[in-house]
Amino acid sequence: MKTIYFNKFYKSFNILSGILIIASLVFLVFKGLNFGVDFKGGTLIELRTDKSSANITKIRDSFNQMNLGDVSVKNFGNETDFVVKFEKQNSNDPQFIDEIKTKLSNSIGSVDFRRVENVGPKVSAELLRSGVIAIALSLAAMLLYIWIRFEWQFSLGAILALFHDVIITLGVFSVFSLEINLSIVAAVLTIVGYSMNDTVVIFDRVRENLRKYADVKIFELTNISINETLSRTIITSVTTLLALLSIFIFGGEILKGFSLAMILGVIFGTYSSIYIANPVLVSLKVSQRTIVKGEKE
Amino acid sequence: MLYFSKLRVFSVLIFTLIISYFTISNFTKVDDEFFSKNIKLGLDLQGGSYLLLEIDNEPVITQRLQSKVLEFKKFFKDKDIKVRNFVIEDKSIIFDVENSKIEEVKSLLDDDKSEINPYFQQYKSHQFNIENMDTSFKLEFSDYGLVLLKNSSLDQAIEIVRRRVDEVGTNEPNILKRGNDRILVELPGLDDPGRIKSLLGKTANLTFQFISSSSEESFGTEKLSFEDGSSEAIVSKRIVLSGDNLMDAKPTMNNQTNETVVSFSLDRVGAKKFGKATSNGVGKRLAIVLDGKIISAPEVREPIIGGNGQISGNFTFQSATDLALLLRSGALPAPLNIIEERTVGPDLGKDSINAGIMSLIIGFILVVAFMFYKYRFFGLIANLALISNLFLLVGILTLFEATLTLPGIAGIILTVGMAVDANVLIFERIKEELKNENNSIVAFDSGYTKSRTTILDANITTLIAAVILFFMGSGPIKGFSITLGVGILTTLFSVYFIARLITAYYVIKNKHKEKLI
Repeated sequence: MKTIYFNKFYKSFNILSGILIIASLVFLVFKGLNFGVDFKGGTLIELRTDKSSANITKIRDSFNQMNLGDVSVKNFGNETDFVVKFEKQNSNDPQFIDEIKTKLSNSIGSVDFRRVENVGPKVSAELLRSGVIAIALSLAAMLLYIWIRFEWQFSLGAILALFHDVIITLGVFSVFSLEINLSIVAAVLTIVGYSMNDTVVIFDRVRENLRKYADVKIFELTNISINETLSRTIITSVTTLLALLSIFIFGGEILKGFSLAMILGVIFGTYSSIYIANPVLVSLKVSQRTIVKGEKE
Repeated sequence: MLYFSKLRVFSVLIFTLIISYFTISNFTKVDDEFFSKNIKLGLDLQGGSYLLLEIDNEPVITQRLQSKVLEFKKFFKDKDIKVRNFVIEDKSIIFDVENSKIEEVKSLLDDDKSEINPYFQQYKSHQFNIENMDTSFKLEFSDYGLVLLKNSSLDQAIEIVRRRVDEVGTNEPNILKRGNDRILVELPGLDDPGRIKSLLGKTANLTFQFISSSSEESFGTEKLSFEDGSSEAIVSKRIVLSGDNLMDAKPTMNNQTNETVVSFSLDRVGAKKFGKATSNGVGKRLAIVLDGKIISAPEVREPIIGGNGQISGNFTFQSATDLALLLRSGALPAPLNIIEERTVGPDLGKDSINAGIMSLIIGFILVVAFMFYKYRFFGLIANLALISNLFLLVGILTLFEATLTLPGIAGIILTVGMAVDANVLIFERIKEELKNENNSIVAFDSGYTKSRTTILDANITTLIAAVILFFMGSGPIKGFSITLGVGILTTLFSVYFIARLITAYYVIKNKHKEKLI
């Protein structure tokens, strides 16, 4: 196969990544994330209406009259399904949901509540905390693992790539106000695993080549390694993306956010294994001596 | 790496067949319990309700402190120590001791063998922590004392919750402790949890108290409102009888008034108490109080001595049934708050299953087609490994009766996408080896050997993520982590035993053929 000179673009893509990360951070700090009821508390109702009567404005109006705090109504999948979210959660009042249902059917005709989620402030705070801890723990565990398996220069490269992927994925969620719920945390963790996986495959090859070629500069060497593993990188990304696209398109509305986050993560993860992880090795001037020294210790 | 002993081939085959059997057992009916295992569907797939309840322990703590004060008073009286000014303040007991006895009281409370402030050797903690300032003592539950108290009230509460849920008769409810003040209730198949919620939301503390005519009762009085909110009444604080003495309760029809009532029967002690009180109180009104609200306050026309009575109060048949149920199952030690509720209707669950299976089939076909396009014959081997991987994965989930959730199905599909990675790594490596090696058996062998650490590395990283999710995640997400984690193990098995076995067989047969892969 023809060699592609990935290393020519290290600089330009690093600048691009830097811009994307800064932009993501700006969005995350100033716009924030759109937390769902899992993390913000409140009530979510997924409802299905009779075909004829309802439209989004009507539903929104009738919910607004019920004094439930901030109400958001969105179409969910097809035109008869809606997701309504509001701040108030009153799960201790057993009639709370029934009353809403009665009032709603009075104004828009018969409705079916397909799903109700009601999360109190204490639980949502705990879920948010355990979500953050889970992501932090997984990053720490990856760091530890790669630290044991590789020299520190490699660990740094892999971890920077991970942060890159997680920050930009969350950034995209912030820009488009996509909802962050429990399944997004699962997606982020899987992204962390996938991105690491991708980086490790290339790094394994870099290390092998460092042993093989003593006199090739790391700048060249990373490019050789990327090229040697390129078809694997492409094939695996393609099969994973095929599976994910299938979930995204056919897996129903509930899995949309999850599969979208994963798709973004796989794309960024593949990109960062090449354009973040490797340039780090180059700028840290990794050479054959690095791994020989590492192995002696 | 290409050599397989006959025994090994045999065991791989048997193992794969046995596990795969459990995949198939999901779709067949066999009479034997072990062989007819089915994968368990999560609430998000079969529909149902998930409720997380939290005990409000404040009243229990106050109650316990009050009874402890009585114990202390008796204890010190027996020891001839004068203590006074008992107050309960800020969840602690405060009292004063005469000057000469300070040291004695200290040692009585602080001793490892203290009767009144038990010491728990294994936790190195007393029930109460003691603070002493001059003649004043302050006792506060120690951390362990508090844990003990919370655990016992949780144990009681979970028992009552179980009774109430069982009485309603939902199918296979799942009731579990969570931490030391929470109860998780899973109710499969229930799409309207309103009734259960109203049953669990009531403490069901039932008391009988006389309506007071004068405000100068020796026990003191309290003002309580009627349940329908219509009016209020002054009630004596003296409790004639409490729900503890109730043996049975059921909804019945009162033939004279033609209204639904709850009739109850009392145990021996209760019947005696009730008889005595009603004999003395003919003509007075007896308030029936549930959780601080008066249900009704009928006039006592004659002594009730048989231990049977009726509660009236504008009941519908449903509300009478519910009240009877609450009285039968007993009072909760403390109020329960529902802090999280998730309910999925059965048809959404069905839709989710269909969508999940649809995307699994399509994802699977896409991946299989792509692998065949890329590798031809070896693509078929990888695909065979993929199929057996799926059978193994679902089989293991079935065998261990793991819960399959919607994210869990997503995990299976994701496994399909990522599982081929290992075979791709191996095949690509073999291609490279073939460039410099004429003997194809050697090339294949070293292809397997050289890619091994990379494959392990790559899979361990995903496994780490799955394990962390398993421990940190809840409900549906846990389902995802299980399929993802088990998926990695079955992937490695199918790649290293099944695909390698076929590859080895094929390569040894065709070792002289050009361009094997």
